[in-house]
Amino acid sequence: MEVAFYLSGLVAVLATLGVITNTNPVHALLYLIVSLIAVAIVFFALGAPFAGALEIIVYAGAIMVLFVFVVMMLNLGESVVAQEKAWLTPKAWLGPSVLAAVLLLTLIATLWLGDIGKVIQGDTLTAKEVGTTLFGPWLLIVELAAMLLLAALVTASHVGRVSPPEKPAMNQETGARKEHS
Amino acid sequence: MMELSMSLLLPLTFLLPLAGTLILSLSNGRLGECASATVGVTSMGLAAIVTVLIALQYIAEPQAYGVTLWRWISVEDFQPSIGLALDGLSLTMLGIITGVGFLIHLFAAWYMQGEEGITRFYAYMNLFVFSMVLLVLGDNLLLLFFGWEGVGLCSYLLIGYYYEHSANGWAAFKAFIVTRTGDVFLAIGMFLLFFELGTLDIAEILRRAPEVWAEGDPTVELAALLMLGGAVGKSAQLPLHTWLADAMAGPTPVSALIHAATMVTAGVYLIARMNGIFLLAPDILELTGIIGALTLLMAGFAALAQTDIKRVLAYSTMSQIGYMFLALGAGAFDAAIFHLMTHAFFKALLFLSAGAVIVSCHHEQDMRRLGGLWRQLPLAYAGFIVGGSALAALPLVSAGFYSKDEILWQQLASGHGGLLLAGMVGAFLTSLYTVRLIILTFHGKPKSDNARNAEAGRGLVHGVPLIVLAVLSTFLGAWIDPPLENLLPAPAEGEESWHLVLELVAAGVAIAGIAVAAWLYLRRRGWLAKHTSMGWGAWLWTFWNHAWGIDELYDRVLVKPYRGLVRILRRDVIDGACNLFAKLAWLLHQGLSRTQTGKLRFYATSMVAGATLILLALALMP
Amino acid sequence: MSGVPMEHGLVLAAMLFALGLAGLMFRRNMVFILMSLEIMLNSAGLAFIVGGTAWGQPEGQAMFLLVITLAAAEASVGLALLLQLNNRFKTLDTDAASRMRG
Repeated sequence: MEVAFYLSGLVAVLATLGVITNTNPVHALLYLIVSLIAVAIVFFALGAPFAGALEIIVYAGAIMVLFVFVVMMLNLGESVVAQEKAWLTPKAWLGPSVLAAVLLLTLIATLWLGDIGKVIQGDTLTAKEVGTTLFGPWLLIVELAAMLLLAALVTASHVGRVSPPEKPAMNQETGARKEHS
Repeated sequence: MMELSMSLLLPLTFLLPLAGTLILSLSNGRLGECASATVGVTSMGLAAIVTVLIALQYIAEPQAYGVTLWRWISVEDFQPSIGLALDGLSLTMLGIITGVGFLIHLFAAWYMQGEEGITRFYAYMNLFVFSMVLLVLGDNLLLLFFGWEGVGLCSYLLIGYYYEHSANGWAAFKAFIVTRTGDVFLAIGMFLLFFELGTLDIAEILRRAPEVWAEGDPTVELAALLMLGGAVGKSAQLPLHTWLADAMAGPTPVSALIHAATMVTAGVYLIARMNGIFLLAPDILELTGIIGALTLLMAGFAALAQTDIKRVLAYSTMSQIGYMFLALGAGAFDAAIFHLMTHAFFKALLFLSAGAVIVSCHHEQDMRRLGGLWRQLPLAYAGFIVGGSALAALPLVSAGFYSKDEILWQQLASGHGGLLLAGMVGAFLTSLYTVRLIILTFHGKPKSDNARNAEAGRGLVHGVPLIVLAVLSTFLGAWIDPPLENLLPAPAEGEESWHLVLELVAAGVAIAGIAVAAWLYLRRRGWLAKHTSMGWGAWLWTFWNHAWGIDELYDRVLVKPYRGLVRILRRDVIDGACNLFAKLAWLLHQGLSRTQTGKLRFYATSMVAGATLILLALALMP
Repeated sequence: MSGVPMEHGLVLAAMLFALGLAGLMFRRNMVFILMSLEIMLNSAGLAFIVGGTAWGQPEGQAMFLLVITLAAAEASVGLALLLQLNNRFKTLDTDAASRMRG
């Protein structure tokens, strides 16, 4: 179990590094899926199989498919790769990376100084227990999450709408304005 | 029963115009030209009908009616009410306001057709009538002052009605500021009266004043002087008269209603209403007469040298109100109110006829470019003849003769020889400029294409007001006897035998003026033109054309020094110190707004930097 | 040895978070920015799971479910915005949409 944790953790970190440094959106997406699956394996290793399954089904499955669809729709090709290369200059990534590294070091230092002393034994926490929690004391939060999803659905369908191009120019202009405001 | 219906009718007189204003202003421009005019005229017509009902009741049972609607505020002793009081004086004013006002509203429907913003026009006009009715009906000085300021506001709004031309805006500004100077005097006078007598109720003030003050007491003289200041400002008398001529920038019906028939006579009304105070201050009453005499002479000469029809009429308005002040000065309050009434008729007629001429001649109002119109515009010509004869006080047939004769007689009766002489000279001048106005406008040859292509106005709304006012301007109008008996103090009694002599002399002066003017302008036009274009004749012409240069004088003495002062004060050290904070805030704002780049990454990075700093601070804290 | 120290799990989560953050900060393409956001959300979920399993409590996984809900909502709205961006400006550069200036 420890081996699985460290190995898949390593894979996750490397794959994530691949995501943020890759210039090809499709490759980056694939790296991201690898990273997510690695994290799912970490979940399994830690004894949270329900979360692991969700990670694969929802994250790697649903959300990533959405991303793939959008990337396909936008028809991102070689020009994007070239553009990404042009954008990824050391001047652009050095500063943020240092900043992120400082933040990471701070976090790690805090963790090490904290002396938690807890060890994860890897005992399985079943879906049943999770379900009892969710639909018992957490019921209200589940409802709120449902509302959030509904709101996201409405928002996405409104924002994502493309105004029909074949209309009198003025109408389209005012229509676009209204949508924007 | 009687009392009940009066308490219903009296508020209606001002609520109807107010309703008109509200409907028009809340319509938010959705009403068309015709609908706006209908609303504006109907509300006035209803108010006029209500006034007729009130008058009928008053005649059946002449007594003072009072209606208290509610209180403004209640602070210990200070409990000013919104109360209406009706007596003969208010009824006369009410009749003029709603009756003449209705006719002018009706005429305006013709005059304003095709103009921009009819709704706005009628909303202001109705608001004006509302304020004016409150002014005359208010039973206390506070309500009177409310109406006083309200009519000032409407006057301002309507002078600047054609706001596209900045000159009109400046004219409105001038009218507002100059009358406001007078209003301040009136307000201080009110404060003084309240301070001394502890009430603002007019009847109460008049009752209590003789108990508190002896005749000629300095306090009451001061109070009367302050009231006179307010009256002088509103009625365009010397020295606060400069605004009225410029006020002609407004539409002609406005000039007729506000700047001739009603608002400018508010000063006369005020003095007549507060007669008890003025009688206690004989010096101020004397001053009133002198101001009136000076104004009527000044305005008479100025009217001789004007080229704009409306400015001639404006100066003649000043001089006629000067006559009213003359009458007030002699203590002949009823004569002043009587002249106020006839003046409202014939001056409204003259202004409306002038409006008819102006619209017919495609907005040409310079007399030098008019002429020969009598054939094309018979109705306007008739209006000018009737109104002009009333203005010049043509004996026997005109309304003006009776009222002016009364005023002059009172001068004699009260022993004001000098003022009587001034009145006579003024009468001569009036005849001169009236005839000049009519001859230049209607006789001779048309002097411009606008005059040659004049189109006479048609329709009832054009004809009816002119005809009704013309009838009222003849001796028929003088038959209307304002119910002022036992209300105003009786004037001095004079030797009756002299009255006839004076009448004959006054008639002679008026006819002589007309004859001289007719002779000069019909036969000796060339001689006149020669003498007004060179030498000291030209100088006098310019001097009178600029109304004795009083505007320039004020400009030099008041406006320019004030502007200089402002320029000096603009660079203020303390201001600089205060502005330092503003500048600092502005600099900080500049720095902060520089951070608003609109770039997402920049925002994310700044947030991360901030979060990292906070975390570091937390982690490194002991 | 038996079990993973809790710190290790949290450090893994922190590392993923920092990587996502770095990506968020230095990428200009909106697709990558959204992916970085997913990584960060995912690392937060990981931290919850680590906490939950360390204490033997199911709340960690329940919380993870909520994080996933949030991520789904965020992804759908973000991708809709991405489409609009592409539609309006014909580019995926977020700096192009900087007219509002805060």
